[in-house]
Amino acid sequence: MALPVAFFAVFFAWPVAAIVARGLKVDGAWRFGRIVDVVAQSDIRHVLWFTTWQALASTALTLLIALPGAYVFARFDFPGKHVLRAVVTVPFVLPTVVVGTAFLALVGRGGLLDELWGVRLDTTVWAILLAHVFFNYAVVVRTVGGLWAQLDPRQEEAARMLGASSLKAWRRVTLPALAPAVAAAALMVFLFTFTSFGVVQILGGPTFSTLEVEIYRQTSEIFDLATAAVLTIVQFAAVVAILAVHAWTVRRRETALRLVDADLTARRPRGAGQWALLAGVLVTVVVLLLLPLAVLVQRSLGAADFGYYRALGGEDGGTFLVPPIEAIGNSVRYALAATAIAVVIGSLAAAALTRRDAGRLVRGFDALLMLPLGVSAVTVGFGFLIALDEPPLDLRSSWILVPLAQALVGVPFVVRTMLPVLRAVDVRLREAAAVLGASPWRVWREVDLPMVRRALLVAAGFAFAVSLGEFGATVFIARPDSPTLPVAVARLLGRPGDLNYGQAMALSTILMVVCAVALLVLERLRANRTGEF
Amino acid sequence: MLLSLEDATVRFGGRAVLDAVGLDVAEHEIVCVLGPSGSGKSTLLRAVAGLQPLSGGRVLLDGRDQTGVPAHKRGVGLMFQDHQLFPQRDVGGNVAFGPRMHGEAKGERAARVRELLELVGLPGAERRAVASLSGGEQQRVALARALAPRPRLLMLDEPLGQLDRSLRERLVVELREVFHELGTTVLAVTHDQGEAFALADRVVVMRDGGIAQSGTPLEVWQRPADEFVARFLGFDNVVAATVSGQVADTPWGKVPVPEGAPQGPAALLVRPAGVRLVEPAEGLRCTVAARTFRGTHVAVHLQPEDAPRLEAACALRDAPGPGDEVGVAFDAAEIVLLGKPSALGSGS
Repeated sequence: MALPVAFFAVFFAWPVAAIVARGLKVDGAWRFGRIVDVVAQSDIRHVLWFTTWQALASTALTLLIALPGAYVFARFDFPGKHVLRAVVTVPFVLPTVVVGTAFLALVGRGGLLDELWGVRLDTTVWAILLAHVFFNYAVVVRTVGGLWAQLDPRQEEAARMLGASSLKAWRRVTLPALAPAVAAAALMVFLFTFTSFGVVQILGGPTFSTLEVEIYRQTSEIFDLATAAVLTIVQFAAVVAILAVHAWTVRRRETALRLVDADLTARRPRGAGQWALLAGVLVTVVVLLLLPLAVLVQRSLGAADFGYYRALGGEDGGTFLVPPIEAIGNSVRYALAATAIAVVIGSLAAAALTRRDAGRLVRGFDALLMLPLGVSAVTVGFGFLIALDEPPLDLRSSWILVPLAQALVGVPFVVRTMLPVLRAVDVRLREAAAVLGASPWRVWREVDLPMVRRALLVAAGFAFAVSLGEFGATVFIARPDSPTLPVAVARLLGRPGDLNYGQAMALSTILMVVCAVALLVLERLRANRTGEF
Repeated sequence: MLLSLEDATVRFGGRAVLDAVGLDVAEHEIVCVLGPSGSGKSTLLRAVAGLQPLSGGRVLLDGRDQTGVPAHKRGVGLMFQDHQLFPQRDVGGNVAFGPRMHGEAKGERAARVRELLELVGLPGAERRAVASLSGGEQQRVALARALAPRPRLLMLDEPLGQLDRSLRERLVVELREVFHELGTTVLAVTHDQGEAFALADRVVVMRDGGIAQSGTPLEVWQRPADEFVARFLGFDNVVAATVSGQVADTPWGKVPVPEGAPQGPAALLVRPAGVRLVEPAEGLRCTVAARTFRGTHVAVHLQPEDAPRLEAACALRDAPGPGDEVGVAFDAAEIVLLGKPSALGSGS
């Protein structure tokens, strides 16, 4: 418990406090009146309104489209399932900038749809909403589907025997058991879309702007740190309010679920309805998730003989101090370190939160852990830069700074993924181990760990993927001579010319492949370990 | 004393689930705590195991106060109600868990596992998956696992609760043999009197967090301490009575009582065997309300006019059918005067 708290105090609370102070303090005096001044501006009010409703709409749309997918992945067995599960996760780890660009290539001017039917969506909010669904599909499928796969189908059968129709049985038995996972997923999606940056930046144009984009604009284009800080505070308050609601709903009764081996619950679809559902989900995945990625790959191959790829290895015209290709190694190294940190900190936090005697203080920490997700990544990165650059903690020149920032974003995933499973472990199993002579630490290792290994692997995969794709914070603190993949992509996109555009596409494709490989390894690990469960 | 409880008290909210319980268990003794659900018997085990902190009083093992000693350092074993085998380990892994926690060497562990599985009648089952075991086999594995670290005190929580009857009856005999062979000290809880009587050297009946009676199975069966114990043991022929001399005045009329019975108001129990059926004119007039076949005998439920129902045990041949009119006479040898008169009429 102490370690996670210290971690968050030093690497989250302090930097955020530093940037707020930098923004609101003028000549040593606090000027809170600025908050009212800024929010009263009509264009800021417009930004606030748009941020909220597009996040709500995106969350609803994502749940609507992804919940059938979660069901199909949890309950059906079909060829290529493991590969497909990894594939749907790839969009989530892509840098937001690339997601935006891929959708621009699909639905924008001169995009695929424009070429074929003359349809353009880039001036409408639909492009943003669809990109958000593309981005968050995996969140719902992984979080909800992961639990769904381990729910005992016999519970539903028991309800059927008691006279419930299959729909009613699902609504009365399965849905309540899934509710915590659905709520967790919905909350995540809402927070991501509420703080959406890259996607809106590219697809929103001048019409649509979220708080995050506005903060970035104020910080890097107008250099109005004070206004940026005020906006950060507003966003912070909104996120705290959302999380307070979440913490309040979390206090629902925690029931010990009957968890079974996920492989036992999946079976071949039966009947026309189930085959149609499977087909529908597959079509959705292909059109919504694979098509933009295909367009991305196709654009990266725009030059003859893999010209864009070969250009990555060479010295370029001054965008980088090193060949762009080195960004791959940097990214993987950083992401591995960040994953290790996130898993350790997240597991400790989750274990502390699972204790039945956990007090109000600890439960509050649950919500606190989600804060880094809600607070603008730009703020975290910028805060790192100004807070951790002087004694006692001068990390500005240390490589660890980047993994730390990425871990900060990864920890909530680890906690969110592990908590439902840890809470479902029967407390008497732990007692049985204790009575047989296991100390509390051994109980965790011998009883909890084997049961949550699956969840832990999923969490680690998530943390790794998030670290790989992290952009907002990394862009501030990555050193110029060791950029990560997303940072390199953004720098290439920021420069004019077909070659830079093509190189960005090529590098994005590489990032996509690295993520896909990492996730495939993870799926393989899961498949091998299932015998132990 | 191996185990002593001194005024052990556990409160949940304001309610005392365990109310100043005093209990001693000697070495090699098998003590069975018997009581209805909610009487606090499981809490008693959890308190001894260190899984449930006491609100008051002490638990002593070998005379040493266990306050503040965590569960894993108490050296007692607990077999859970539904076994709680570790699902991710095979049978051998489950049994070896305790010795492994105590740092036993691998070779010794394997030998111990083999020996215990043989003892519980599952030789060679080491590699089997827990999920593939039947209820009875799970129970045996749970027993082997609980015995493996050689606990100084073994506690069993409803050890046979979920098994079917014939298996239960067989296993309870096996358990008793195993415990006597090993000289294990056992503290078991159950709600099943048959199980308790078959297993225990001494039976402790619990009620509302306190101890209602303690004694050998025979003592408890023959002389229930009070109406609660009598009813819990399945005796329903209990009424308020006033004893004078060799006769008690009851709602069923004059009933003979054994010699030396305490005089004055008391609760009176007539065992079903002491209810003799005679001609309707000769005794208490009753109508047969129901008849239950009990294997060795038939339980006949009799409804007198203006008095609580009576249960009689009849031989198979002479049992009257529902609706028949019979007379009832009482046998002084099967009549017990219970400790205190209490609110009667409930449940009759």
